Amino acid sequence: MSEARKMFLEGVRAEVPLLIGVFPFGMIYGALALNAGLSNSAAQLMSSIVFAGSAQFVTTQLVHEGAPGLVILLTIAIVNLRHMLYSASLAPYLKNLSLRWKVLLSYLLTDEAYAPSIIKYEKDGIHPFSHWFLFGAGFALWFNWQVSTAFGIFLGAAIPEEWPLDFALPLTFIAMVVPVLKTRPMIAAALSAGIVALLAYSLPYKLGLILAALTGIIVGTVFEGKK
Amino acid sequence: MNIWLVLLLGGLITFGMRFSLIYLFGRFDIPETIRKSLHYIPPAVLSAIIFPALLYPADSLDLSLGNTRLLAGIIAILVAWFSKNTLLTILVGMAILLIFQLL
Repeated sequence: MSEARKMFLEGVRAEVPLLIGVFPFGMIYGALALNAGLSNSAAQLMSSIVFAGSAQFVTTQLVHEGAPGLVILLTIAIVNLRHMLYSASLAPYLKNLSLRWKVLLSYLLTDEAYAPSIIKYEKDGIHPFSHWFLFGAGFALWFNWQVSTAFGIFLGAAIPEEWPLDFALPLTFIAMVVPVLKTRPMIAAALSAGIVALLAYSLPYKLGLILAALTGIIVGTVFEGKK
Repeated sequence: MNIWLVLLLGGLITFGMRFSLIYLFGRFDIPETIRKSLHYIPPAVLSAIIFPALLYPADSLDLSLGNTRLLAGIIAILVAWFSKNTLLTILVGMAILLIFQLL
């Protein structure tokens, strides 16, 4: 077996436990995107064009609320800022690759592909074929995400309309945010953002969301600096 | 804005962030303050969506006991806090809301 293929398969294997966890979310996303009024093709293609779980959930919620495109884009940018961290962290391991590889691996750089890859590279260092590991992990997640989205769209069409399925979105966000509220700056960030979101609810174009998010981020950062 | 344009630009923004520092390796680094502030993005953005979703169920502030979404949300927060299980949180929250609506 070629070294490239070996690394690719090792990346896929490292990704498998994550795939099991991600599959239900792809399905939930697909079903909710339909419920929010996106067409089958827009719901499915968002999974390949944007290919970022949390940004897709947030976009779905904002489409459901009728937010304007610019606010959605600004929110996608804020939600995805963390990818710059991954980009910075993996950059030294990818610096010798061609531009084509850098583009491909950047497109596949999700939370779930980053995690096993950075662990692998920090442990074993890099060699001429090590980027195939990231490619394997990233591709496995990509494939899983497309298939699970399709399943969700299929199931979503079968769920009766009177079910309050839209409520699954805030519930998903609750499930994501509550476990990280372990430190005082985190709690301060969440509470201040939530309160500003309530106070600024009547602002036009859902600008209250942007204002609230920025407030929470600043409050959390300032709080941390004070410790 | 057309939904396809939003998806296309949203995809470009996402890709741009993933590609940025891989491409600029060695020429630019993230300042420490920004690095720190990144940790607060998820709780800030998600809370900014959660609070109004629970307290403005029909586009107006509703702090009454009749606000079934607020009650189901609070129970979901408790489930998330104690179980740290995402799917369980969603399932319990949905089940509670459905039961409240049937009552």
